[in-house]
Amino acid sequence: MATVGESRKACAVNPLKMSQPLGACYAFMGIGNCMPMMHGSQGCTSFGLVLLVRHFKEAIPLQTTAMNEVSTILGGMENIEQAVLNIKKRANPALIAIASTGLTETKGDDVDGFLRLIERKHAEALAGTRIVYVSTPDYVGAFEDGWGKAVLALVEAFVAPAPTRNPRQVNLLPGCHLTPADIDELREIIEAFGLEAIVAPDLSGSLDGHIPENFTPTTLGGSTLEQLGRMGASIASIAIGARMTAAATALEDRAGVPCRVFDRLTGLGAVDALMRYLTELSGNAVPAKYRRQRGQLQDAMLDAHFWIGGRRFAIGAEPDLLHTLAHTAHEMGAEVCAAVTTTQSPVLAGLPCEDVLIGDLEDLETRARATRAEILVTHSHGRQAAARLGIPLLRTGLPMFDRLGASHVLTLGYRGTRELITQWANALLEAEHSAAPQDWPLPPESAAAAQGGACGTGCGCDSALLTE
Amino acid sequence: MSAKIQDVFEEPACEHNQQKSAKEKKKGCTKQLSPGAAAGGCAFDGAKIALQPIVDVAHLVHGPIACEGNSWDNRNSTSSGSTLYRTGFTTDINELDVIYGGEKRLFKSIREIIEKYDPPAVFVYQTCVTALIGDDIEAVCKKASEKFGKPVIPVNAPGFVGPKNLGNKLGAEALLDYVIGTEEPDFVTPYDINIIGEYNLSGELWQVRPLLDALGIRILSCISGDGRYREVAYSHRARAAMMVCSKSMINIARKMEERYDIPFFEGSFYGIGDMSDTLRQIARLLVERGAPDDLLGRTEALIAIEEGRAWERIASYRSRLEGKKVLLITGGVKSWSVVSALQEAGLEVVGTSVKKSTKEDKEKIKEIMGLTEQDSAHMIDDMTPREMYAMLKEARADIMLSGGRSQFIALKAKMPWLDINQERHHAYAGYEGMVGLVREIDKALHNPVWEQVRRPAPWETAACTGAA
Repeated sequence: MATVGESRKACAVNPLKMSQPLGACYAFMGIGNCMPMMHGSQGCTSFGLVLLVRHFKEAIPLQTTAMNEVSTILGGMENIEQAVLNIKKRANPALIAIASTGLTETKGDDVDGFLRLIERKHAEALAGTRIVYVSTPDYVGAFEDGWGKAVLALVEAFVAPAPTRNPRQVNLLPGCHLTPADIDELREIIEAFGLEAIVAPDLSGSLDGHIPENFTPTTLGGSTLEQLGRMGASIASIAIGARMTAAATALEDRAGVPCRVFDRLTGLGAVDALMRYLTELSGNAVPAKYRRQRGQLQDAMLDAHFWIGGRRFAIGAEPDLLHTLAHTAHEMGAEVCAAVTTTQSPVLAGLPCEDVLIGDLEDLETRARATRAEILVTHSHGRQAAARLGIPLLRTGLPMFDRLGASHVLTLGYRGTRELITQWANALLEAEHSAAPQDWPLPPESAAAAQGGACGTGCGCDSALLTE
Repeated sequence: MSAKIQDVFEEPACEHNQQKSAKEKKKGCTKQLSPGAAAGGCAFDGAKIALQPIVDVAHLVHGPIACEGNSWDNRNSTSSGSTLYRTGFTTDINELDVIYGGEKRLFKSIREIIEKYDPPAVFVYQTCVTALIGDDIEAVCKKASEKFGKPVIPVNAPGFVGPKNLGNKLGAEALLDYVIGTEEPDFVTPYDINIIGEYNLSGELWQVRPLLDALGIRILSCISGDGRYREVAYSHRARAAMMVCSKSMINIARKMEERYDIPFFEGSFYGIGDMSDTLRQIARLLVERGAPDDLLGRTEALIAIEEGRAWERIASYRSRLEGKKVLLITGGVKSWSVVSALQEAGLEVVGTSVKKSTKEDKEKIKEIMGLTEQDSAHMIDDMTPREMYAMLKEARADIMLSGGRSQFIALKAKMPWLDINQERHHAYAGYEGMVGLVREIDKALHNPVWEQVRRPAPWETAACTGAA
């Protein structure tokens, strides 16, 4: 059990956190033929866009309502109207997904109201394009909150009760800490049990780095609106990460689809739970492929425990990812000596460490130094801290801008867990310290005692006695 | 604020503005951006870009997490010493700050930074939300300066006042108002110059500095690449100044001429002829200002040797590059200043963008490329991504040179691409830089991956259709 604290500093130094609207737009990128848009000034969008481009090394469709001083004071109705019409004309997407920002929330724009007016006024021009809006002020919460709210908004906009259920169809609601490779892996696991998964949002088709046949200005791949519409006919919803609980329960409330939230799918026990659940759901036995992978994971755990066991991990990540990493490290015998996160979450109190701080990378660095951490696990922004601490950095999560292959990093299932712990062990192995003659000096009191002096601890022994 | 913006627009030394009518000028660079069809950074982004290369200063962003948390440590501006400029500092304001005002948090943040990092100065950046709620950063900075006995400089360029290039100039205004002229150098020489508007991206300043060193010319202050606070503060003692081609900080050059009688010229480090002209102009200005005459002769001698060396190295690529077609999508002077180097290497420039070019730039393009009045196909005003994709896909160009934004257009068309804008990882300044550019083009064009990625998949060929 961990106590949850909040940094008392006025100034955040080396932010770990990213903003809510960016998290929301990231979720919208998993919807096919969609144009995500931030309602704010140009910079709000360009910073987020650059961050995702640096992470994925892919073109990122993301638009802005380009608010300026005057339109901010007068309200953004006209800008949203123009933006929506412009996007419709230029890209003709199936969905325009809007996230508010700090700027427009501070002004207090009633975007829901604006959109009702705009949709009525331009019903003809906008035919064939749906609009979804989510309120995500920059000064509240973090990236993970924005993602959660966006998925909830999608469920509320598109899911309706279905007259009949498809006994082979399940919904998959991944958290924002899952990579495109993670989502692919999960879909494959589900399909291996003879089930079909509707993934919302599905980044595995949109940000997995494939080369399309033609140029497209909107998202490519991703789940379609038609698929979202069919989610009500599924037999169950599988959500990954506590942040996805709201969307999963909303789906249950709206369409009566029972949900199961897995707080993580990394670690032997966690994956076992998924296998049991899928067996129940499908009536099919666990496929041979996964039985074999389980064995491989067990073997990797045995090999890696020598290197990970007893080692001190400093982890900085968003709550659901932190939860995943900390428990996995803990299960491998590591000690989580420093944990920093970005926003409140029910998973924080259950972390396997003494305390967790809602703070920044400076906090993580300070704590890592104080607790003599041996490995730093966080996103690429931890690179400067790791260099100063002189310990390896295991890049995890987003952004990962100074390495290639961010979308193909696999961290869940038996296979992903195996890859993750192997990576950890290798980093620790590489940083292994080889012994030198002066590594184990005698304490001064021992040396003095050996020379015939008093031990110097004030224990009462005295040299006279010793020399007698 | 609006008076300051008008002042920046009235800039008499900005040719771009001088070409406009009085009415257009008044609108300056704040023309309404098109919502839903806009791209690029905001004024805050521009101010930060312009000032962050001052490496020993703490750059504190007063606003919600989006402005710094989504963007920090994202530019490759290099330092020869302090790394404090790469630390992300932000007040990361929350909901209560939005309601009650963020000035107290800002003041405390400045105190924390000074206590922990003791920088020579703190730069405080205003953002949209804190501007909207009325935080008076000028007053807080003044108070903090008095209280802590250290310069705390307000940079008033919230995102919504305009685009990135306006922000560059507003950042420059902060230096003019609060920094330049506030300290004195230990000594001065007749060879002291300022370089203005050079950000030392990928270390490009270091491709030029050895040339100046060899001539005995001292860069008293580079504003702002690899800059130190103190150097900027005493830059008013230079004998002459060079304004680097992009007009991002022209207001500094002009106002320093007015206030401190420092003559300046506009030069470029890109392209061999331009580099030589730049050296000549620096030498001429210094001699006019009292430096010994022999500087001119020494400069010519250096130019002769360096040019010869560069052309020889570039010509050695001729046999490999002869007849390859280049599409050049970049702004301002780069649209023509690198053309002659490309031509010398045997490359054919099939198109160059003129969107951001002045009338003068366009004349130069025509001259260098030997174009007639009608031959406008080579001068591209505004190319949509779809057109770029088509041009590359149909192999009407063999390689595209552009900024990162269009990177994936080329790569997804399976065509070579080279970054020549601000996110580039290679340095292209001076004689060294041009040779480097040709070397990079050669590397890109002749990489064996192109042949491989364009190969059809086995199932796309007749032998593998399953019919056999």
